Amino acid sequence: MTTETAAEAATAGGTPPEGTPGTRRTASGPGRLLVAVYAVFAVAATSRALVQIITKFHEAPVAYLLSALAGVVYILATIGLTRSSAAGRRLATAACAAELVGVLTVGTLSVVDRDLFPDEAVWSVYGQGYFFLPVVLPALGLWWLRRSRGGRFAPATVHRLVGRGAPSPRGPE
Amino acid sequence: MVRVIAVAVAVTALLLAAWVFFLAWQSRQIGRAVIAGAGAVEALILAQVIGAIVLVARGERADEPLTFVLYLIASVVALPLGAWWAVGERSRSGTAVLGVAALVVAVMLQRLQQTWS
Repeated sequence: MTTETAAEAATAGGTPPEGTPGTRRTASGPGRLLVAVYAVFAVAATSRALVQIITKFHEAPVAYLLSALAGVVYILATIGLTRSSAAGRRLATAACAAELVGVLTVGTLSVVDRDLFPDEAVWSVYGQGYFFLPVVLPALGLWWLRRSRGGRFAPATVHRLVGRGAPSPRGPE
Repeated sequence: MVRVIAVAVAVTALLLAAWVFFLAWQSRQIGRAVIAGAGAVEALILAQVIGAIVLVARGERADEPLTFVLYLIASVVALPLGAWWAVGERSRSGTAVLGVAALVVAVMLQRLQQTWS
């Protein structure tokens, strides 16, 4: 079975393709809400950047290119979160991490030196134009990716083990 | 932009968002009543689109036509897409997705107003 069909099966309500216990699909539960918000940001940032690049690129090229980059990162995060494969999880984690670094870097630069960004980028002043969600989202994303992950040391598994009492002395499982 | 309809859309979208988030908080699922409510907001949005087309046909123009059209499209597709993603999972988070879509509509209407006047 290819990863693609495994993902489809999981979307249709089957079990997650990963064999690790306690793993949840990233697009279920709180993840479903996260996917929705990421999709909104993907569309908003990408289309806004495209309009700015098409109509007035010379005014603030750095800001507009950074917005376009932010848009691409949001698209990758959305795709990663909707996939239930391990690759999807890695993609989402990388995108969220890049987003966190980006919003903190651009946010700080835009506060320190306003002349760098004559026009607003998605990430300027930590996402002020977007209710500061750009700085909250990657943190939530990384939290959710960690929480929904299976395996021995994942929070979900730890909860399960603690709930049933300490693991047997012969070792877990 | 027909101001009366725009205000009506924004207000009803915010009411819908409040209602849906309340349901999500109570861990309830989206039922027929919510879908009907979302349908009513969507009808107002479509009326707004028709109003905008009539105004443009009469010769009025938005300050940033391209942005205006994109926001208009976004306001139309937000609720149907949100409802589709929301009912895909019968859970508290699934319900909240429709609330997010309703908030997006309210923001779109505010942005539309900015690009028009």
